Amino acid sequence: MALCVELGDEISAEVNTRVRALEFLIQAKGLPGVVETVPSFRSLLVYYDPGQTGFDALCAGLGELAEQATTATLPPARLIELPCCYDPEFGLDLLAAAARLGLTVDELVRIHAGAEYVVYFVGFTPGLPYMAGVPERIRLPRLETPRVKVPAGSVGLGGAQYCIYSVESPGGYWLLGRTPVRLYDPEAAEPTLLRPGDRVRMRPIDRTEYDAIAACVTARTYAPVIT
Amino acid sequence: MIRVTDPGPQTTVQDLGRPGQLRYGIPPSGPVDVRAFTIANRLVGNPDGAAGLECTLMGPRFTVETACAIAVTGAEAPVTINGSPAEPWATLALAPGDTVRVAAARAGVRLYLAFSGGLDVPPVLGSRATYLRGRLGGFHGRALKRDDVLRVFRAPMPALRAATPAEIPALEAEPEIRVVLGPQADRFTAEGVAAFLGGPFEMLPQSDRMGARLSGPRITHTRGHDIISDGIALGAIQVPGDGQPIVLLVDRQSTGGYAKIATVGSFDIGRIGQVKPGQRVRFRAVDVAGAHRLRRAWETSLAAVAGGPVAAVPAA
Repeated sequence: MALCVELGDEISAEVNTRVRALEFLIQAKGLPGVVETVPSFRSLLVYYDPGQTGFDALCAGLGELAEQATTATLPPARLIELPCCYDPEFGLDLLAAAARLGLTVDELVRIHAGAEYVVYFVGFTPGLPYMAGVPERIRLPRLETPRVKVPAGSVGLGGAQYCIYSVESPGGYWLLGRTPVRLYDPEAAEPTLLRPGDRVRMRPIDRTEYDAIAACVTARTYAPVIT
Repeated sequence: MIRVTDPGPQTTVQDLGRPGQLRYGIPPSGPVDVRAFTIANRLVGNPDGAAGLECTLMGPRFTVETACAIAVTGAEAPVTINGSPAEPWATLALAPGDTVRVAAARAGVRLYLAFSGGLDVPPVLGSRATYLRGRLGGFHGRALKRDDVLRVFRAPMPALRAATPAEIPALEAEPEIRVVLGPQADRFTAEGVAAFLGGPFEMLPQSDRMGARLSGPRITHTRGHDIISDGIALGAIQVPGDGQPIVLLVDRQSTGGYAKIATVGSFDIGRIGQVKPGQRVRFRAVDVAGAHRLRRAWETSLAAVAGGPVAAVPAA
């Protein structure tokens, strides 16, 4: 059984932070009967065991915690640095995006890699982060025709959202580059890298470094910088 | 050990699933029809969570290399041991060299095979269930192939017994599936909700463990079909722009951006999972209290079925 707690009807840092704060409070206080939670932009899906809690009692408990769920509730977030090769071979839309924005490719890369992003939630495919924090200057509407196949590791922009494709999948975001780091590795002890609330920065790398890191990733000797 | 000589169209290792990973985008997986899966395990003396096989529309053919007991439950399909007919929903004792074949389902979709001791594949994130799209868990993260050899935990031979006729669920021609309306029922017109509850809807062949795709009267939206992406509960019914419902199952995506008109109660997931392509279903709305009552009744029935759960024993 599950219920959905909606904390707003918009995509915003404030609403999403409250969603994650509510999830944190549920875990910290051990709300009886809650089995699993799934945060997204503006709501928290709460799976519960009706044998352990009544619906009304659960709603009351969640309502109380939702009032306490503010931006001040959350513990400090991790910062993850992801290497990214902004090469037109990987960034299939890099040139078109720069032209559409009236920027040079170097300017676009500098702005994109200069920003810090926040993982609003992880979902859709395993380990795929939906991130916010895209600077106004580089926002673009999604592609009119989504691609049928986007390679894993592709970094993409769509409006105010930014994502990194964790597995090969269809996608409608503008592709700027690719990270050699695996966001989802079913054979790893921890298959997914990013968690809701993580902060993410991109470090531009050239093709030579991309290949070197990709080789380490394949050999399982690469660990991303997490602080 | 069992050696697969014909895997069938889609046979995967499953246990009761992998909870706690949806917030990382990994679905629970596990059997679509939990009741049939549980009965199979109990008939071979296993704890409910032992790993077995889920097959789609047709079972496998395999040879056992060590003595063990098996049980076949779920969809209705002919079972043979060395060519001789054998009973489903019953403990079947096998000797080394015996060949078992589970043929195409005459009714229902999902077949379950339990092996005494349970299948010995490495747990991933605490579960032996296969998540096919994520290539995670089970037997190398994939469906079984010809010549695969699976290990089975050693276990004592269980008593031979059978499920009672009352314990074997009827596979209905046009089942009525109970739903709770929402969370976005307000995104549909009154005609749309009426079309949804009126039905009937036909199961489409594209259905899989991720979602049951249905075709029927068009369910119309009020303000478009896109919502701000949010979490997708087990049984959530998404309605994309074409007005045709998709019931999300055990291998579902964790979040999605189509409006959801209703949610199938967890107690009816196994029933809709046994509806064959071309067969029809209808939906009936119940309120939250009604869904809780149905869930309790389902749990009570499950607790007692096939002699109740077997105490877990340490894996040999």
